[in-house]
Amino acid sequence: MHISVLISLLSCDNESVENYSNSPTLSPLQIPELFQENIINPVIPNDNPQTVEGVALGKKLFFDSVLSGNNTQACATCHMPENAFSDNLAFSLGAEGVSGIRNAMPLFNLAWNYNENFFWDGSVFSLEHQAFVPVTDSLEMKNSWENVVAKLQNDSEYPELFQQAFQTSIIDSALVVQAIAQFERTLISSNSKFDKYLLGETELTSEELEGFNVFMDEERGDCFHCHGSDKNPLWTDNDFHNNGLDETFIDLGLGAVSGDPADNGKFKTPSLRNLAFTAPYMHDGRFATIDEVINHYSEGLKNSSTIDPLMKKVAQGGVGLSETDKTNLKAFLLALTDYEFVTNADFLDL
Amino acid sequence: MKKIASILCLCLIVFSCHEDKDDNITNTSIVFNFSHNWDGEEVSSSNFNTIQYTNANGEQLSIEKLRYLISRITFTNLNGEAYVLEGYNLVDVTNNSGLTFSSSTEIPFDTYTVSFVFGFNNDDNYQNYTDLNSESWNVPEALGGGYHYMQLEGKFIDNASAEVGYAYHAIRAVDATEDELEFTDTFIEVDLGEFELVNNVVFNVEMNIAEWFKSPNTWDLNELNNALMPNHDAQVMMFQNGQNVFSLNSIEQ
Repeated sequence: MHISVLISLLSCDNESVENYSNSPTLSPLQIPELFQENIINPVIPNDNPQTVEGVALGKKLFFDSVLSGNNTQACATCHMPENAFSDNLAFSLGAEGVSGIRNAMPLFNLAWNYNENFFWDGSVFSLEHQAFVPVTDSLEMKNSWENVVAKLQNDSEYPELFQQAFQTSIIDSALVVQAIAQFERTLISSNSKFDKYLLGETELTSEELEGFNVFMDEERGDCFHCHGSDKNPLWTDNDFHNNGLDETFIDLGLGAVSGDPADNGKFKTPSLRNLAFTAPYMHDGRFATIDEVINHYSEGLKNSSTIDPLMKKVAQGGVGLSETDKTNLKAFLLALTDYEFVTNADFLDL
Repeated sequence: MKKIASILCLCLIVFSCHEDKDDNITNTSIVFNFSHNWDGEEVSSSNFNTIQYTNANGEQLSIEKLRYLISRITFTNLNGEAYVLEGYNLVDVTNNSGLTFSSSTEIPFDTYTVSFVFGFNNDDNYQNYTDLNSESWNVPEALGGGYHYMQLEGKFIDNASAEVGYAYHAIRAVDATEDELEFTDTFIEVDLGEFELVNNVVFNVEMNIAEWFKSPNTWDLNELNNALMPNHDAQVMMFQNGQNVFSLNSIEQ
């Protein structure tokens, strides 16, 4: 008797029914097989679950120049899909044509950045907070959040899209970055030739296989200590290292953030996936080609007080790879290229 | 009514006094704390990155990274029955993580010898651990695969007075010079001695980092500073020097 009354009351509560029917649809990340098998789960904040509507809104915002002060620049201007969500400049140009100070980082597999330190210098914690920064940076979008929110609020489409994604049409900056972060978490790259090799779907050439051996050999490339291995499909430790670029530092990197001189000259280890799309390389885009990068580690290391202990034979400039090893290593690195990633329609502004 | 109350009381007394085999099993916490010193001088991440230690060979050095793996924490009673705590622990001194390991494994109150494995034994070493893979803790397949036991890195002053990096990485020793890999076991079984488990307990375990460079092999960093993973003999020397690295500082119970 009491139960039936309770059911009747609940079923007559129009507001509850309406809220339920308007709830965004959960859309958990589709975790690739190699990721599932080898590494722990991605970081998804409890207060920002992936939803169909949130991802769609985030994608629209990512490609919309409304975020910039003069309406000329979107996130995608410097993070272009065809460049694995980077660009081909050493320093990206901001909305007003002013050059930035660091190379635009490619964007993929960001949900597996377990320490959640983002940017080359790790200055921001969490993907959501990362998205706050470019909007107001005077060298990037040069806008204010008040202005962004006002423009979005007065837009003919966005209030409804926020309603669908977050069950409120009242827009604020926190919801904007939540949506962008949801979209960015969907940018998963896992279909390189090497991935397919590990899944038994293709074979590698002898050069690619030998290049992998160079990569994993502590006496030659020794790349694996910072860039992971076949057991870690991220190809980065997401940590910070001084990889011997300079004897003195113009850019302190992590040291400027932590205030610890021992961190000077340390920058985030970038993933080695998709190098074919992400030139130029390093935090300042100083190397135009993969060959230049390999040559740096082979004979171009420069000593400094904070150089990583794993940078061997610094006095000789590096490990001195043979030309064959260099060629093979490059072949392997290019086998980490995910062509499907840069043409995935889900990630394009169609 | 009185009768019912009496029966209830009797039941309570009977049940509360009934001794079954579970009574002796502790639900109390078992905690291991890992701390570090250099011949008695406390070492933590705040002491890293400065050349301030001198090893047995007279080389001055710094520590920039220290991570190591502890597994199979085992309580063995006088009858030889062994209780192995679930899980393993990656101690990361650099990032101040894994310095405490707690277990909810139930162990009966008894007198035990306590031990653990530095690294992984051979059964454990060749499993797939997603958390360790995520830490890039793997050993290349060309060296047999499995996992690092320790990564100790820093700088030292070499014979030419130059500051040079070292990477003292411990793994299962392997001779990879022939087609067929030949292994020597180099995980270390550390015996912490005997104690009686009667309550919540905290074991304070110490690593004397200086011991890695000391005995029986006086470690010459000028000769052995990098690319030590493929160096079978260097790995065996690490194993030998590691025998006296760990000690039990105290037990809190």
